[in-house]
Amino acid sequence: MAILSQEEAKRLIDKVLSYSRADEMKVELNGGRTGNIRFARNSVSTAGATNNLTVSVTAVLGKRIGTSDINEFDESSLEKAVRRAEEMARLAPENPEYMPMPGPQTYTSPKAFVETTASMKAPDRAKLAGASIKSIMASQLSGAGFLEDSATFNAIGNSKGLFGYHKSTNANFSLTIRTPDGTGSGYAAGDFNDVAKLKTGALTDIAIQKARASQKAVALEPGKYTVILEPLAAGELIQFMVRAMDARTADEGRSFLSKKGGGTRLGEKLLDERVTIYSDPADSQVPSSPFSGDGYPYEKVIWFDKGVVKNMSYSPYWAKQKGVKPLPEPSGFVMEGGTQSLADMIKGTEKGILVTRFWYTRWLDPQTLLYTGLTRDGTFYIDNGQIKHPIKNFRFNESPVIMLNNLEAIGIPERTRGCLVPPLRIRDFTFSSLSDAV
Amino acid sequence: MKRREFVKLSGMGFGATMLPAGLMAGNRISAEELLNPGPDVAFKKRMADVALNASKSKGATYADVRIGRYLRQYLFTRENKVQNIVNSESYGIGIRVIANGTWGFASTNTMSPESIAECAAMAVDMAKANAEIQREPVVLAPQKGVGEKTWKTPIKKNAFEIPVKEKIDLLMEVNGAALKNGASFVTSNLFFVNEQKYFASTDGSYIDQDVHRMWPTFTVSAVNRQTGRFKSRDALSAPIGMGYEYLSDNPAEKIVIPNGPTVYRYAYNMIEDATAAALQAKEKLSAKSVPAGKYDMLLDPSNLGLTIHESVGHPLELDRVLGYEANLAGTSFATMEKLQSKNFQYGSKIVNLVADKIQPNTMGLVGYDDEGVPCKKWDLVRNGILVNFQATRDQVHLLGETESQGCSFAESWDSVQFQRMPNVSLQPSEGKYSIHDMIKDTEKGIYILGRGSSSIDQQRYNFQFSGQLFYEIKDGKLVGMLDDVAYQSNTQEFWNSCARICDKDDYRLFGTFFDGKGQPGQASAVSHGCPTTRFNGVNVINTGRKI
Repeated sequence: MAILSQEEAKRLIDKVLSYSRADEMKVELNGGRTGNIRFARNSVSTAGATNNLTVSVTAVLGKRIGTSDINEFDESSLEKAVRRAEEMARLAPENPEYMPMPGPQTYTSPKAFVETTASMKAPDRAKLAGASIKSIMASQLSGAGFLEDSATFNAIGNSKGLFGYHKSTNANFSLTIRTPDGTGSGYAAGDFNDVAKLKTGALTDIAIQKARASQKAVALEPGKYTVILEPLAAGELIQFMVRAMDARTADEGRSFLSKKGGGTRLGEKLLDERVTIYSDPADSQVPSSPFSGDGYPYEKVIWFDKGVVKNMSYSPYWAKQKGVKPLPEPSGFVMEGGTQSLADMIKGTEKGILVTRFWYTRWLDPQTLLYTGLTRDGTFYIDNGQIKHPIKNFRFNESPVIMLNNLEAIGIPERTRGCLVPPLRIRDFTFSSLSDAV
Repeated sequence: MKRREFVKLSGMGFGATMLPAGLMAGNRISAEELLNPGPDVAFKKRMADVALNASKSKGATYADVRIGRYLRQYLFTRENKVQNIVNSESYGIGIRVIANGTWGFASTNTMSPESIAECAAMAVDMAKANAEIQREPVVLAPQKGVGEKTWKTPIKKNAFEIPVKEKIDLLMEVNGAALKNGASFVTSNLFFVNEQKYFASTDGSYIDQDVHRMWPTFTVSAVNRQTGRFKSRDALSAPIGMGYEYLSDNPAEKIVIPNGPTVYRYAYNMIEDATAAALQAKEKLSAKSVPAGKYDMLLDPSNLGLTIHESVGHPLELDRVLGYEANLAGTSFATMEKLQSKNFQYGSKIVNLVADKIQPNTMGLVGYDDEGVPCKKWDLVRNGILVNFQATRDQVHLLGETESQGCSFAESWDSVQFQRMPNVSLQPSEGKYSIHDMIKDTEKGIYILGRGSSSIDQQRYNFQFSGQLFYEIKDGKLVGMLDDVAYQSNTQEFWNSCARICDKDDYRLFGTFFDGKGQPGQASAVSHGCPTTRFNGVNVINTGRKI
């Protein structure tokens, strides 16, 4: 059984800890199942399923650390994993930055596990994919999609009495629909803990509509434009900024948060005052694990408050150097939004470009967080509050920091890739060249 | 080790965001266990037969089995500290079947006859369930069974036999050399992989392969606190299909560019490169910001390799051309009609690009692919004209052919095999023509080395690449470093602007361990060879911004 209950996980972790001869020991359990189905050219192409449970043991001898993993659970295998971790610790060089493990912690209880998702089987997936294919074929278009569901748990315990347990489910669906003449392409995606909230039919309709509407796109000159970024596009750029909040890198002078002459930009107003970004494992829409890999609790943390850099993440070692509390980096984020729908935002735009999603976004300069990438699967010109016509795809060269200083409007946040992100209207967004790709 | 931890430790934070999630799969084991030979061939054959027989008895018309044992060792250091040493093993069996004309796949890490038979039944059940929404039955190109075969990467020194201490000492020396020469920070890493792959199929093949790959690399950063600027330079090494012998000093495998860097062929001096990297990272801090415009670009293999990967390797994958990757990586501008026209000018007449899975020292070098097809070399672009794609057994009939090109690969035993690119390389020019000659022949150009930012659209037309080192060329000489350089082009325009290619003495390999593709995502390892090559009149943009 790949998903253990909290009690079973605690018993197993305690048993592994009882074999320890190390100064400190940490035990992590990760288990679960995943299932997927993939289709293309309106027919199933591949499918698969996994089921696994792993125990990971970290032994510490002084400042020497060793880790071993195993996925066999008889007593001798578990003891072997412990001895192996201790042996690796004995062989490892001392880590001068090693920080003692934390003792018991208090964690929140995110509601991330939904039984309906957990019990999904191959015929359920085939049915959902089949319905989407049927709808695409009825529209005489060609579709490629991917559905994946998972039910997982993780648990952590250490020789200092710490214990944490979390289980979650997830269901993702994405699809790209192309017109037979190759001139139109539309995309839609959704992900939820509860598969019942994943409206594959509605997503298929959106992708169909975008594919048709994007046919025979017109070329616009590259340059600076007002854009409306749908949540998928906005979230892709903002996540790079949220992932770069590490205090040590900033203190070392090699981050967008480093200050000229030394120090960091903590406390500075770096973004438009309407930008507030936080992470919260207990958020009802995007719940996530309440503890980090070393057992520190994830709590609600505001990273940007009304545009001001409010927090940076601190590893236990760097926190001690700086005399602050360790603060793990977030795994997801929530950006506060406004009250406008995407349709309202389009209506309120005199001239601009609507972007469905970005593709192949890669860094150019870690100092300015400059990124490049392309628009894809539905890029449209807005004139006088209305979508006028599809346009050819653009390459952008832009930084989320610059972008969030050029903010004109914020819409209602939506869940995308485990985060909550609003659609954004941005002025002077830099498109550097044109692409003929559809 | 979790993917995020790996990315952080390896210093690949910005460049490796597309690493597939399964990359770090495996159980951590002691270093000594990496030398354990693992199960013998007779056992693997017995287990494979259990799977094949169980599949057939459940109704499969075809089945193949991959028993994989994947050994990996990763060493991570930072300045004078060892951050982590990871030895991992992943072992199990993947069973792929065709039943009711549809693929099914299942895998297990429990290597008992009962568990394997159950796994085979699960694969057949999955195929039958999915047959309900299958439109056309799978068509497999015939493949004669090859009987019992073995194949091994021709290495001279097995990296797993080198003591961990020796490897750590090397990395500490690398870091010391960088710091002594002015680096503010340095991370260095060694990656070693041994894939023990056993393949069997109902065609009558039983193939045992032992594949070795490695990658020594580092990142050096220089920080100027006063100006608040920082610059980095990554190693100019190549991930490579060699043993530990790659990490040696051999002057014959070195090319020294006057007023420029030193580059390496099949012997890499990591300490020497780290010393140069520290000096060059400092030099980058005061390099001139490039004026945007058209330049003749001299691209070193350490840079052009990635451009070949993205603008030739990927667009010529038949699954993309057909639309199987449309939902993730996209389709391709290189359509079937363009191939069939037999006159699609992919590049200028001097451009010859080959696919080659039997090229020595490459990351994609194997004897047989993951469908048991013997590997080979073939042309993709000949004298500038598009002449072929890359395909697997279930695709070649769509090309009107009956023989697979051997492009099937799976990241691990628990992932399903599908079409992955072979080594794709640009052929050197005939006659003598060195990088020195090329610099001399260039009036206004930029010489780029190393892998930098890269991005290309979903049909592989519009791309933008950067690099690690940018040297300005004026009137036949390198005159200093440039900064903020990225080149933008369209694949067909770019390859048609190819004006000169150096000779075979300058031919070197670029490679990647982490080419991501598919849903769920899988990584594959591949090399791209080429000599230094000049492309005339390429558009260069200035990427400098302020926040």
